Amino acid sequence: MSIRGTEIKIEGLTHRYNAKSPLTFNKIDLVSPPGEVLAIIGRSGCGKSTLLHILAGVLKPTEGKALLNGESVESPSPRWVMMFQAPHLFPWMTVRENVGVGLTFARWSKNEIKKRVDEAIELVELKPHVDSNVQDLSGGQQQRVALARSLVMEPELLLLDEPFSALDAFTRASLQKDVRAIAKRLGFNIVFVTHDIDEAIIMADRAVIMAGSPGNIVHKLDVDLPDPRERQDPSVQELRSRLMTTFEQAAYSKEEAPAAASGQ
Amino acid sequence: MNAVVSDEVKKRSAGNYVFGPQMYYLLKCTMCGAGNFVVGLGVLFAIWWATVYVITQNPEYAHYANFGLIPAFEAMPDLWVRGTIPDALMNSMYRLGMGLMYAIAIGVPVGIVIGRIVWAKKLTNVPFQFIRMISPLSWEPIAVVAFATWNDAIIFLVTIAAVWPIVYATAAGLEKVDPNWFKVARNLGANPWHILKTIIMPAIAFDVLTGIRLALGVAWIVIVPAEFLGVTSGFGYAIQDAREGMTYDNLMAMILVIGAVGYILDSICVMLIKKFSWVKESKE
Ligand SMILES: Nc1ncnc2c1ncn2[C@@H]1O[C@H](COP(=O)(O)OP(=O)(O)OP(=O)(O)O)[C@@H](O)[C@H]1O
Ligand SMILES: [Mg+2]
Repeated sequence: MSIRGTEIKIEGLTHRYNAKSPLTFNKIDLVSPPGEVLAIIGRSGCGKSTLLHILAGVLKPTEGKALLNGESVESPSPRWVMMFQAPHLFPWMTVRENVGVGLTFARWSKNEIKKRVDEAIELVELKPHVDSNVQDLSGGQQQRVALARSLVMEPELLLLDEPFSALDAFTRASLQKDVRAIAKRLGFNIVFVTHDIDEAIIMADRAVIMAGSPGNIVHKLDVDLPDPRERQDPSVQELRSRLMTTFEQAAYSKEEAPAAASGQ
Repeated sequence: MNAVVSDEVKKRSAGNYVFGPQMYYLLKCTMCGAGNFVVGLGVLFAIWWATVYVITQNPEYAHYANFGLIPAFEAMPDLWVRGTIPDALMNSMYRLGMGLMYAIAIGVPVGIVIGRIVWAKKLTNVPFQFIRMISPLSWEPIAVVAFATWNDAIIFLVTIAAVWPIVYATAAGLEKVDPNWFKVARNLGANPWHILKTIIMPAIAFDVLTGIRLALGVAWIVIVPAEFLGVTSGFGYAIQDAREGMTYDNLMAMILVIGAVGYILDSICVMLIKKFSWVKESKE
């Protein structure tokens, strides 16, 4: 499997759900170089999921655009695949069939599907379960199947919306490390939304904080740590508290200001 | 979080929608082993034999001996060679097949509509339940006027008997299709045809087949009395003919064949249902 990343360029991205609703966010600019793992953190309701859905091509921006390698994102595509909070596997299919389903849509030949699916399943360490019914897997294993189902498309960009929030702490911790390792090995981009500061530090190359209403990116922080990252490392702990402080300052100061203004 | 299929879905898939737990019970029982098959059938035949034996002990009723088990089996080879059984089989099966085909062709799309569109379900509830409760046979006089041939009239009766289970089973199946499956599929590049073929059809196949199984049962029950009138072929006619000719051994032989054919058709449905069922029993 060889995947290359993409340069993500967000230019003056503005969104509102409908004419009556307020702006979800206003004129966001952001560039993410090929191969970067980018975390978006921010308080509930600041527009993180909306931003992700625009990048996935399932929502349209009101103004501005999202470019991947200079190409405007207009619709869903196997080149930018979104993974959801729950795995949403197809229960009548085996692990292998679930992972290969996107390739059958793209009318790949049987042999090629098998080859790619085997690789993807190996990557997420589910080889012993290839022919299992997905209903017999644990929650973490199911999320791995969903990950393989996205990876098999060899996307340039993987979008994750709180992907591990439904899992227990141990499973979550191991998946966070695995996903980062896979992304680094294959070189594709990740943009993921999280509420979990630890998750941002363990997985991301860079974290951006969204705040305000309408939302915007109020802070960017490089997570410049060597791999593999362990939660208890002093450097991880140090960066974590820095991000936490920044997050609280940024999120609250921005949150309070417009609220006071609109209160009159 | 562990479950791919929610408990809610499992509950509904147990066939609890319109038909209640008896469907589940039926499913389980038809899957009993060969031993139970032999013993069960043996007991049934023994009761039959014994009943006729006891009755015919009374010399007044001696002529009822032809209703017995052994005369029925003895009559069968002759009925087969003379073509009575093959003819009845061909004609009844043709009517059953056509009626079921129309029932499926109407029932599945209607079921999809009421399963997907809430107001369609609400709007159709009263009229559908109203019509559903009318015995299909009561349409016979109307059907005879409305259709050019008796054959078509009987096919109509089968259709109207068989359509309801299919409509409601399809609707029940559709209600448990998870909208997130569409979201995921579209994300992976599926077009509407892929969604129909890869998601909707396998997702509801089990329920549609369950509906077809119930429909087949009802249709097979309705077809015999429907053939009592107007036609000169099929199992209903054969029964009527045997009654008039007072060939009670033939009559019982035909009844045996009707039961056997019904059993075989039902077993085929059960096999298909098992093949297309994807909801697993929970681990607990
Ligand atoms: N379909 C919709 N129609 C109208 N407004 C919406 C819709 N979806 C979301 N919103 C509003 O847009 C804003 C941003 O929503 P979004 O889901 O992007 O937030 P989020 O940052 O992902 O929040 P969370 O962390 O809780 O997931 C919220 O104020 C929300 O109320
Ligand atoms: Mg969200």
